[in-house]
Amino acid sequence: MNDLTTNLTYEGHSLTPGGHRLEAWEMTGLTLFGLGLLILAAGLFTASGVSAEARIVWLSLAWGGIAGGGLLYGLHKHLSEKPGIRNHGKTTDSLTARGALGWTLAVLFTGFYVMLYWFHGMLGGLIRLHDPLSEFLRGKSADQWFVYGTFYTVGILVMGAKAIAKYRHSSYQIVRTCVIMAMQLGFAYLLPALFVKLNQPEVYLSYLWPLAYDKLFPGTLHGFLQAGNIGWFIVGWFVAGTLVATPVLTYYFGKRWYCSWVCGCGGLANTFGDSFRQNSDKSLKAWKIERWMIHSVLIFIVLLTALLWFEPSMPDALKGAVYGLRKAYGFLIGAAFAGVVGVGFYPLMGTRVWCRFGCPMAAILGLLQRFNSRFRITTNGAQCISCGNCSKYCEMGIDVRSYAQRGQNIIRSSCVGCGMCAAVCPRGVLSLENGPQAGRYNNPGGLSLLGGRKAL
Amino acid sequence: MSPDLFPKNPGNKSNLRLLNRKMSTRSIVILGNGITGITAARMIRKRTDDRITIVSGETDHHFSRTALMYIFMGDLTYEDTKPYSDDFWVKNRIDLKRGWVDGIDPAAKRLMFKNGDLLAYDELILATGAKSNRFGWPGQDLQGVQGLYSYQDIEMMEKYGPSTRRAVIVGGGLIGVEVAEMLLSRGIAVTLLVREKYFWNIVLPESEAKMIGRKIRRHDVELRMESELMEILSDGRGRARAVVTKNGEEIPCEMVFLTVGVSPNIAVAKASGIECDRGVLVDRHFRTSTPNVWAGGDCAQHREVPPGRRPVEQVWYTGKIHGEHIANNLCGEPQPYTPGIWFNSAKFFDIEYQTYGVVMPQPKEGEESFYWEHPDGDKSIRVNFHGETGEVLGVNVFGIRHRHSVWESWITSQTHVEDALADLGAANFDPEFFRQYEPAIVASFNSRYPERAVTLKTRKGLFSAAIAKLLGSSQLQTA
Repeated sequence: MNDLTTNLTYEGHSLTPGGHRLEAWEMTGLTLFGLGLLILAAGLFTASGVSAEARIVWLSLAWGGIAGGGLLYGLHKHLSEKPGIRNHGKTTDSLTARGALGWTLAVLFTGFYVMLYWFHGMLGGLIRLHDPLSEFLRGKSADQWFVYGTFYTVGILVMGAKAIAKYRHSSYQIVRTCVIMAMQLGFAYLLPALFVKLNQPEVYLSYLWPLAYDKLFPGTLHGFLQAGNIGWFIVGWFVAGTLVATPVLTYYFGKRWYCSWVCGCGGLANTFGDSFRQNSDKSLKAWKIERWMIHSVLIFIVLLTALLWFEPSMPDALKGAVYGLRKAYGFLIGAAFAGVVGVGFYPLMGTRVWCRFGCPMAAILGLLQRFNSRFRITTNGAQCISCGNCSKYCEMGIDVRSYAQRGQNIIRSSCVGCGMCAAVCPRGVLSLENGPQAGRYNNPGGLSLLGGRKAL
Repeated sequence: MSPDLFPKNPGNKSNLRLLNRKMSTRSIVILGNGITGITAARMIRKRTDDRITIVSGETDHHFSRTALMYIFMGDLTYEDTKPYSDDFWVKNRIDLKRGWVDGIDPAAKRLMFKNGDLLAYDELILATGAKSNRFGWPGQDLQGVQGLYSYQDIEMMEKYGPSTRRAVIVGGGLIGVEVAEMLLSRGIAVTLLVREKYFWNIVLPESEAKMIGRKIRRHDVELRMESELMEILSDGRGRARAVVTKNGEEIPCEMVFLTVGVSPNIAVAKASGIECDRGVLVDRHFRTSTPNVWAGGDCAQHREVPPGRRPVEQVWYTGKIHGEHIANNLCGEPQPYTPGIWFNSAKFFDIEYQTYGVVMPQPKEGEESFYWEHPDGDKSIRVNFHGETGEVLGVNVFGIRHRHSVWESWITSQTHVEDALADLGAANFDPEFFRQYEPAIVASFNSRYPERAVTLKTRKGLFSAAIAKLLGSSQLQTA
């Protein structure tokens, strides 16, 4: 026994909670990642004047460094730990606890989005750097949205691999993350590129109305129909996606089939943003604001879409107003809210700011989930110890504990079914289930003594 | 307790209304803001307009004691461990008073505080919790020696942790494992001294105890079985520097954790003449020997012990049930203590544990005990049942989540072990896409009890359970 004592070294020693010691492989990974970013930054200023061959080399080195370095760091970090929930240090780390690092990152993200939406001229070199890749995938030169899509896809793939390593003890998280990654790579990156290459409309099949707010605008549908047979398929896809798939799939599986399995916004949140999920606001006040905001946006986009369909029969003065509304929605909601705030504020307000406060698709799915779905999170009897892990790690800011501790099932329109509350629960209290609607709201799993009581 | 507090006919509503009105001006003081105290306060507020004051010396607000480990590991902040926001207490007119109470004067019906304050009560609820045991070991009061129960214990760990390279934990139970996990997360090496031959063998049967022991070792804890503390040595400046075990070994360390159980915190009650044994003695309605004084939670001891229960119950959910009962009894809805079947849960590093019903370390006379363990050593299930009648008596599950309501109904309705195993999927509470072990468990049962062989009928999930119910769980064969 004594040799055991002496053999244990004290090198892993750290004085802060969860203080993760960077090992050599992780340092290497971060260095590669940084070099990749540096090459991209260099491209920002110089790539316009460089030959196509040189750009291929630069681009390969940049993305190779970012992806390879990110994978090396992320996989090593989690695979060197035993499988299981390890959220140690989340409340003390500068990056994840809204410290200086978190704020710095938020400013950088926000700045990137502002450039992307309104000053993409400044990204000129970066866009030119991506020309070879765009030529290869789409048969034409790059624009800022192709560059953004590349960033987005690499982010979901690399950080998705990291998330799988982190949650590898949970089959639900593994399966879900794989689907998210496949959805992004296929439906939101390669397929739209292929459409463009084949001279078809650039269409993102995984983004349905009203998240993609113009998908059911008359002008958009007319545009698709110009493309002939495939245009009919696309129109049918989006109409059926909103009117049929949304209510039917939400009835059977809850909102999650979209928000945490298909949607790119949710995909980015659950992979790239996973380290920030705990920063969502859990207060009652935030819940009130959330309900007002998200349903206002929903009303806005439903009215706007309806107005656009009646536009041809409107007097000219009204047409101008509708055009103004459309511009306003695009700027305020489509760009400023969904993009700049939605991702820019990840480190400060958690990863689902847009999904929770703004997304009209989430609002529709939420209403369906609340009133006509078989989905619920079941609370397991009276085993809850009120520790608060479920609430803390809920990216939607739901105070899960307030339900769990009184033995009540959780049915909330905002729940995206990511499954993290069930994963972090140390007492096996929560489980995402689809089942008969009867008994969904009362308390099938509770003790008669503790269950079903209304909270004071 | 005045006898007229309980109406002769509790079902008579006008009687109850009268009673509520009569009591509407009472001042109810609750000593302790743990789960028992605040549950009582919330439930009383639901029923009456009484003035409610919760007194605590530990923290300003109620927090979840069970989450202390997560504060230290950086998973949660102290704020995150509060189940109710700070304005909840104001909104519900529950007054909070911070301070340590020195004594109770039952004749004058008032509390005396350490700082000289006085607080009058009409009804007093003692929910003072427990204290970590210290069995008179030499050196047990040195700096760096502590237990884990209160918020102050976490502050102590923050104070002495940074100057600690190795800690010795004395006691192989639930808190000992939690402390080990906490320390390892901050890079502090851990030696765990356990008196028994197998880990937590006073509660767990040998197979489970061995499995958990292996798990603890895999997490780099130096686990020493059949090892007891003799004394703690000082570094000469009042800080612990080593422990000496009963077989004479000296283990250098900078902190020592005494996690050998907790005892009811009864000092104030006892000094005030309230009848105590190990805990504050209460009847089936949670009344103490002193009029208008009630007690519940970790500090209480039942005079009459319900079947399958212990006289002193120190579990989160029992504290909650005690609080509910006290509120009902105090508000004129007499409710003798009827806790239902025993259950509990814990987590040993990454292995979750749940138990329902009674599973002793050794099966009792006439009891059969079926045990299955997965080869990976992370999952197991034990079902105890009556050898003759076949009725299920209790279950231990490790690494698989089970459904409370299903086992509760199986145990209370004396379901046969064959029926329970055939429907075992209905008890599975694991997340979706998790591998299901019911076929392996049933196969193992069938080879051990060929005369009781069963066919697995119900798979996991609400849908499957509903179908099985619909078909009388006889025709569906999905195994």
